[in-house]
Amino acid sequence: MDLIVGQLFAGLSYGSTLFLVSAGLTLIFGVTRVVNFAHGSLYMIGAYLAYTITTHWSATPINFFGGLLLAALLVAIVGALIEVVVLRRIYASPEIFQLLATFGVLLIVQDVTLALWGPNELFAPRAPGLRGSVDIAGALVPQYSLFVLLVGPLVYALLWWVINRTRWGVWVRAASQDRETAGALGLNEPWLFTSVFALGAFLAGLAGALQIPRETVNLQMDLAILIEAFVVVVVGGLGSVTGALWAALLIGMLHAFGNWWLPQSTLVLIFLVMSVVLIVRPYGLLGRPITPPVSRLQAHAPFVAPAPIWRAVGAVVLIAAIALPWLIGDYAIVIATEICIAALLAASLHFGMGLGGIVSFGHAAFFGLGAYTVALAIKYIDAPFAMALLMAPIMAGAAALLVGRVVLRSHGVYAAMLTLAFAQILWSTAIQWVDFTGGDNGVLGLWSVLPKVLSSAAAYYIAVLTIVVASLVMLRKMALAPFGFSLRAARDSELRAEAIGIDTHRIRWLAFSVGGAFAGLAGALSAFHKGSVFPTTLSIPVSVDALLMVLIGGVQTLVGPVIGAVAYHVLSTELTRLTDHWRLFLGLAIVLLVVAFPEGIAGFARRRFAKVR
Amino acid sequence: MTTRRHLLIASAAVGAAAGLPFTAQSQRNSAIRIGEINSYSTIPQFTLPYRMGWQLAVEEVNAAGGLLGRLVEVVSRDDAGKPEDAIRLATELVSSEKVALLTGTFLSNVGLAVADFALRNRVVFVAAEPLTDALVWEKGNRYTFRLRPSTYMQSAMLVEEAAKLPAKRWAVIAPNYEYGQSAVANFKQLLKAKRPDVEFVAEQWPALGKLEASSTVQAIIAARPDAIFNVTFGADLPRLVREGNLRGLFPRVPVVSLLSGEPEYLDVLKDETPKGWIVTGYPWSQISTPEHSKFFNTYYKRYNDYPRLGSVVGYSTFTAIFEAIRKAKSLDAEQLIGALRGLQWSTPFGPAQFRAVDHQSTMGAYVGKLDVRDGKGVMVDWRYADGAQYLPSPAEATKQRPHEAQK
Repeated sequence: MDLIVGQLFAGLSYGSTLFLVSAGLTLIFGVTRVVNFAHGSLYMIGAYLAYTITTHWSATPINFFGGLLLAALLVAIVGALIEVVVLRRIYASPEIFQLLATFGVLLIVQDVTLALWGPNELFAPRAPGLRGSVDIAGALVPQYSLFVLLVGPLVYALLWWVINRTRWGVWVRAASQDRETAGALGLNEPWLFTSVFALGAFLAGLAGALQIPRETVNLQMDLAILIEAFVVVVVGGLGSVTGALWAALLIGMLHAFGNWWLPQSTLVLIFLVMSVVLIVRPYGLLGRPITPPVSRLQAHAPFVAPAPIWRAVGAVVLIAAIALPWLIGDYAIVIATEICIAALLAASLHFGMGLGGIVSFGHAAFFGLGAYTVALAIKYIDAPFAMALLMAPIMAGAAALLVGRVVLRSHGVYAAMLTLAFAQILWSTAIQWVDFTGGDNGVLGLWSVLPKVLSSAAAYYIAVLTIVVASLVMLRKMALAPFGFSLRAARDSELRAEAIGIDTHRIRWLAFSVGGAFAGLAGALSAFHKGSVFPTTLSIPVSVDALLMVLIGGVQTLVGPVIGAVAYHVLSTELTRLTDHWRLFLGLAIVLLVVAFPEGIAGFARRRFAKVR
Repeated sequence: MTTRRHLLIASAAVGAAAGLPFTAQSQRNSAIRIGEINSYSTIPQFTLPYRMGWQLAVEEVNAAGGLLGRLVEVVSRDDAGKPEDAIRLATELVSSEKVALLTGTFLSNVGLAVADFALRNRVVFVAAEPLTDALVWEKGNRYTFRLRPSTYMQSAMLVEEAAKLPAKRWAVIAPNYEYGQSAVANFKQLLKAKRPDVEFVAEQWPALGKLEASSTVQAIIAARPDAIFNVTFGADLPRLVREGNLRGLFPRVPVVSLLSGEPEYLDVLKDETPKGWIVTGYPWSQISTPEHSKFFNTYYKRYNDYPRLGSVVGYSTFTAIFEAIRKAKSLDAEQLIGALRGLQWSTPFGPAQFRAVDHQSTMGAYVGKLDVRDGKGVMVDWRYADGAQYLPSPAEATKQRPHEAQK
């Protein structure tokens, strides 16, 4: 009994923290439609500021709790600055670009925090006035946990009052229901957006500040909380504060009791529950269908055949790519190989995303599945090179067929989060099922099955180049075939597409699976290239990289992902090689790119050189 | 080092301006070049002191005239915590920076990735910090050597103390990935061999960095263990400790804990440091051997800061490499392997040796108890556990290594 009571309080207390972070995230989304990747960073800044303020002052309760509030207020200012300096310039761009911009902010904040507070973890003293524990039904519960437990519902009540009983709340509700009409009726949008962003940031900062007596302040806390907060917001229903409250309690309970019953599987459990919720309720517990679907990339002009001059440019680039091994050294060949693989990965994501409007936060699932198919086929059934290579796209494609069935019942960000859930389930399995996958230590020595002719870097590069170019041509043919046009029709106007007899669900499902299969192929090529496979191939950074490449290159052109892959890969590898502060520069580059080229590099070039047809 | 980085940036800028982003190769000189890779941006709390350690070693050797009549130059890279990136950087260091050998790495998977690269490309790799047993045994290869005492060795050091406790009912708390799992497997096997009467009554496997302290602590309390074996570290450790202190689990139940006595962890805990925990670590302020005093004084003078364990690891790894180059009188990989096998050299912890049979160094760790002095965590009643005493016999180690690794 005391154990159940104890776990109950633990779950409620954690749920309360999760609610604070998620409420801000969901509010920001509801009003501005921005999926704020920098929300975890605001939480982290809140914790760092609170540590500095409270350890600077003497440890009295007033100083301590006042310090927490002050930290949260400072974070609100940071949030408002981010909105005014970055996001305000790009509200006209597709929503997915705002996501990209906030990701850039996340990178910048990581480096700036390291520079300001140094690398060491910081552990604040216990909260003055709440240092002990109380006995509740035989369980010792820390006083501070009880305090945090109460803050969540209190903030919820305040938010409810503000949203339902104040003029500002009316604006918030109006803007989240119909931004255009609200704007037409004279709502001051910029001011409202800034204030909502500041409030969301305040809540994130407060949640971070409240954590300092419980855990260390460290540089990893931004991503750790971000993923959980996303889960909560999606399970609760995007934009719904009440939904976030219930979802936060659900996830908190899952942490507490899941840990107790199945201590080995908490990572998987959360994503499984999220998937189940979204399968039963595609818009989360209390979410409403969002019209138009969130991820809808604006309809754009049909593809036109490239002018002869562009074909000539393409031919020259291809010839140069083939000649590369005779021109450059081994390291540059390795980079070129990686760029080819990255281009295939980006193109495979673009196929579903650009043409079909299916945004994926978990494309790494298929890339990693391809890599692991190769690794495990070699490890367990001694598969030869060609067989392992062939199995990868088949396995990844089959998985995409299965997953797509479930994912595509949802739309937009919900579907994207389901793909993320799938990737995270695979990632956790790869890390935690050590006996089968080798766990974190990966599978080594794959290079030993490479045929002799492919063992040099140059020969392998030519093989990869051939496979990738052939795949890109296939993807292009499909995009320009009736299949691709139906897909675009389904994206731009589902109703009209259905009316002329296109089975939109089926065609999206197919596109998603094709993308998955090619991502698997890219994963297999990468496995042989690196010679070993690790769970990192299934991790979030791989998904984010793929997304960045597509967005930087431009969603609206077929050559975009390839250009994006070249630009992003060269930029990121050169930066990590040259400076410790690569995250700062990469983040700045991303933010600048998004602000300067909201259509991506290829889109920009096409508009700029539109006359050269 | 800094100047070199600036040079690289400058030449990269020139290269980029000329439209040749890949030709950022600096001028070749006759210096001996060593390639170094570590997770500087991902785990700065460990790798920055580590870098200060090896930079000190490099400055010392160059001040003394270098090696084989040439200066030593280190080309250092950040792997961002990703094994895939480490493999790419290793290619760069070997094929375009022309380094003589590779060293560094903190994470086990990054260490294994570079070891696999070393085998494929026949380059010597001296792993500094990764702890996984696989690096020298199951996945060992003839090009890879490892400095730090492994998971097995540190578990064995703690088992020696754990067996002395009267405890029969044990609980374990470990992060759910390879390191945690093999530490627990080693601990159970070694403890059962010494104390057949013990039983393991509870296991908590939080995901790395995701320890839910109150649930974990309550589940452990409910199992009523006589003692606990802890493997969690990093952000998980302070959460566990504070919650355990608040709920009266510590110091009531004795704990043996891997790595928790290292200054990298202890400095974070401050007055929350759990008294009486039996740990492996590094009591930097209390060691008075001549080797350590000399290292401590030069380090302090150079940086105006005390060394962390990472500093010792960085310094010792590079002094071992220098010693091997001196002994080999060559930069050839085969000559270096010959020199490293059985190499004896001096570390701040005392003399150490790379075992010829499995390429594991015998550098040890300090075993002691935690206590709080002046609001800071310290180790007391400590002793130096020489790694050589905690390794399996050469015959047993040979059995665990792939056949080709023995050539």
